Amino acid sequence: MKDFNYHSAKDSKEASKLASSSSAFLAGGMTTIPSMKLGLATYKDLIDIKNIKKLSGIKVSGKSVTIGAATKHVEVSNSKDVKKAIPSLSSLAEGIGDPQVRNRGTIGGSIANNDPSADYPSACIALNATIHTNERKIEAAKFFKGMFETALKKGELIEAIEFQIPEKSSYQKHPNPASRYAIVGVYVAKHKGDVNVAVTGAKSCVYNDKEMSKALSGNFSSSSIDGMDLDSSEMNADMHASAEFRASLVVTQAKKAVDAC
Amino acid sequence: MGKISLEVNGRKVEKEAPDNTLLSTFLREHLQLTGTHIGCDTSQCGACVVHVDGNSLKSCTALAADVNGSKVTTIEGLETNGKMHPMQEAFKKLHGLQCGFCTPGMVMSAVDLLQKNKKPSDTEIRDWLEGNICRCTGYQNIVAAVKEAATKM
Repeated sequence: MKDFNYHSAKDSKEASKLASSSSAFLAGGMTTIPSMKLGLATYKDLIDIKNIKKLSGIKVSGKSVTIGAATKHVEVSNSKDVKKAIPSLSSLAEGIGDPQVRNRGTIGGSIANNDPSADYPSACIALNATIHTNERKIEAAKFFKGMFETALKKGELIEAIEFQIPEKSSYQKHPNPASRYAIVGVYVAKHKGDVNVAVTGAKSCVYNDKEMSKALSGNFSSSSIDGMDLDSSEMNADMHASAEFRASLVVTQAKKAVDAC
Repeated sequence: MGKISLEVNGRKVEKEAPDNTLLSTFLREHLQLTGTHIGCDTSQCGACVVHVDGNSLKSCTALAADVNGSKVTTIEGLETNGKMHPMQEAFKKLHGLQCGFCTPGMVMSAVDLLQKNKKPSDTEIRDWLEGNICRCTGYQNIVAAVKEAATKM
């Protein structure tokens, strides 16, 4: 791994002051460190934000669950408050990577990285999340821009993610048996007027499947999306799953999610 | 360069190390604690698992600077007065290893599991050992060893 300077920031202000065009924020490091070791990313400065107290913790109000950006996956999966308010979010966190990743990886890091197969971005879309940064609030629908791309500007730091509590929800992932990343993961959330069907792993970026959302908003039953033939032209294809298989898997996982709601 | 202060296996250590030093490198090369193994070095195999402030983590995917001030336990820190830890005993008794390369990580992960779940089921053990890969034995005897250790811890 190439040399860099390590900084530990006391607060968001110091963190963004230290940021430059050749720096990265370090939270759990579960993607940043392996990427740097493989030479896929190099930075002059790593700014550790884990010790910023304000960035950790979980708050539940009547309508939403707000999770600090540096909160670890294990804290989300173990939280009784999250389990009670949005059980599907708790089980999503429990299914990320392995115990060692969950002991270290953070929700803010996962979202900022926006891996096309990551779990949390689908939760943000399905649960109409608002991403709070040190500069502004961004709706999840406008946050995820493309493969590993987000609306974050250089030096902009995610402070918390606010999830809207749905009436019902479920996340169903078909994981790669080796990496546990989603080959396809579908997060279905039924809110008071509409249904979101957030899909991860299938395309270059997480998205809300409008066709299924519309069908389920009309009739919230897996029969209303049964046999739906999704366009596979933009779906990912690799040694694990063809585009056509992914398209079919999206419907299967969505049906499972609706049935589990 | 920065000063790394840790408590490793109950002993306070303080050493200068470059900022890009991984915890695994710090343990093996700066403290000569070579029981922590480097297998894949890409955070998949789990041979490098140690405990930091009571929780297991893959030491090849954490910076030494990043855990500064923490309490670290490595495989060398499990024994008491020359007597093996019940988990180590169980792995030995039930042939939970063959070449032994993955064993330090397996044992450290399994000890963390029993700290959090005193009587895990077979499925819970297998789920927990998700991040530890063994290329010789298969996992049957490893799971049996963790179950045996659960009766002794």
